[in-house]
Amino acid sequence: MHRFIPALKVLLFLLCLAPLARLGWGFQQDTLGANPIEALTRGLGTWGLNFLLITLAVTPLRKLSGWHWLTRLRRMLGLYAFFYVLLHLTSYLWLDQFFVWQDIAKDILKRPFITVGMAAFVLLVPLAATSNNYAIRRLGGKKWTQLHRTVYPIGIMAVLHYTWLVKLDVTKPLLYGLTLAALLGFRVLWRYREKQKQLGGAYLRKPKGRIIPIVAKR
Amino acid sequence: MLIKRAAANDCLPSEITPPEIFARRREFMQFSAAALASGALGALLPSAEAAEKLAGKPSPLSTPESPTPYKHVTGYNNFYEFGTDKEDPAANAHLLQTQPWSVSVEGLVKKPKTFDIDQLVKLAPLEERIYRLRCVEGWSMVIPWVGYSLAALLKQVEPTGSAKYVEFISAVQPENMVGVQRRVLDWPYVEGLRLDEAMHPLTLLTLGLYGEVLPKQNGAPVRITVPWKYGFKSAKSIVKIRLVEKQPLISWEKANPREYGFYSNVNPTVDHPRWSQARERRLGEFTKRETLMFNGYNEVASLYAGMDLRKYF
Ligand code: HEM
Repeated sequence: MHRFIPALKVLLFLLCLAPLARLGWGFQQDTLGANPIEALTRGLGTWGLNFLLITLAVTPLRKLSGWHWLTRLRRMLGLYAFFYVLLHLTSYLWLDQFFVWQDIAKDILKRPFITVGMAAFVLLVPLAATSNNYAIRRLGGKKWTQLHRTVYPIGIMAVLHYTWLVKLDVTKPLLYGLTLAALLGFRVLWRYREKQKQLGGAYLRKPKGRIIPIVAKR
Repeated sequence: MLIKRAAANDCLPSEITPPEIFARRREFMQFSAAALASGALGALLPSAEAAEKLAGKPSPLSTPESPTPYKHVTGYNNFYEFGTDKEDPAANAHLLQTQPWSVSVEGLVKKPKTFDIDQLVKLAPLEERIYRLRCVEGWSMVIPWVGYSLAALLKQVEPTGSAKYVEFISAVQPENMVGVQRRVLDWPYVEGLRLDEAMHPLTLLTLGLYGEVLPKQNGAPVRITVPWKYGFKSAKSIVKIRLVEKQPLISWEKANPREYGFYSNVNPTVDHPRWSQARERRLGEFTKRETLMFNGYNEVASLYAGMDLRKYF
């Protein structure tokens, strides 16, 4: 399998660009409907959230399937999540607000769905910034892992952002919420199972303290 | 996409469509309708029927702004009975059963009456009223409606002295309306106006748009249009009009009283709790426009003299 990883990465890299290409092409060709700017902002937000959840699915998939090479694709998926959210934010700042900073500040403070979206974005920045080998070495594995656990609250905030922006019909945000709950729930269950295994297997391990061999001397 | 610079808040002379272009567009539409009827495009659009013409004489109440393209007017709107996405009505409304159709006008009136749709069409001279439409979600259109002032209908039934409000009840056809199968709103859709609002000449009993009978997704066969209020106040596919004494509880207010009020006048200074109402995106334009008080229909301001419009939002 490992031989194919570089090729797989190239393929995945291009595949992840497809939603952007579709949106860009649609915008250019005017096939995004009556309100193309809204469609663009929403499309980018949707794909930001999609990639966030895809990234969160890597670990459960790996554990269930035993395909450890999946982890080697995780960084790219996470960075794509950030990339789409960044474009989503840009589309909001530019095409929705035309960089009128007072209005933007008011929006962030006054509209709960924007507030929580912005918070999610701000928390994503350090994760994106430390998604490289140099940062991992500098921080050390443990610190790095701790930092990157903020992706869990980020996921929750992103789903809240979606839930709060719809007027009445929360079907789609609910589906995202359930998916997220399954992905996070898996981790809790898995950890619980590991603990049980450890406890259950305790007597098989070497006991602590001095061991006095009870062997009769001849 | 069509990129057009928006004027700050009023309409530029360049936005006024010269009549010859307006007429040519109509020719094109007639041609398209004819093509559809002849089946030339029929294979591509199986559910499309040739639209029936419904002309109205130009009205001085029309805005000179250029209308939003027909495909956007009929392809992007809210009509929750057919789904909650703005493309849903165009996709699902063809199932709406509009024949036969009658509207019962009842309640506190001296002469309650049920009007057949053909009677409604002939009740008063049809006018073409080109109105701005501002959705509570922050987008807007310009639509050439066909109809006459609702007052003409209300006068026929003679409201009694105790009638203070008018309630509009929309059709519910569970088998034909995919959105009704889910309880997003409490069906039937109920809207309402104060009697003086309903009697205002701008309030239009609407039977058509773009010179043809109302497409189903736009509220066929009869709806009202209240251009100085957010779009959801203009009830679609109406089956009953009741004159009542107490303020009706309208559907959106019932669903979320904190966010939607009975009056729902377009007002750039009163924000929706979840978004600003200061600006709007006119479909087809790149930059946003300033939203105007009462959607630019200042002649209605006197209806609200002395009222705190923050409280009565
Ligand atoms: C982790 C960060 C974020 C994610 C995952 C995210 C995701 C989403 C999603 C899924 C939607 C709904 C799309 C739809 O309705 O189909 C959305 C809408 C929206 N988001 Fe975000 N978002 C994020 C951050 C932000 C930020 C930082 C802002 C602005 C400061 C923002 C502004 C908006 C706006 C204005 C809409 C509504 C667009 C409209 O209704 O026209 N989002 N976002």
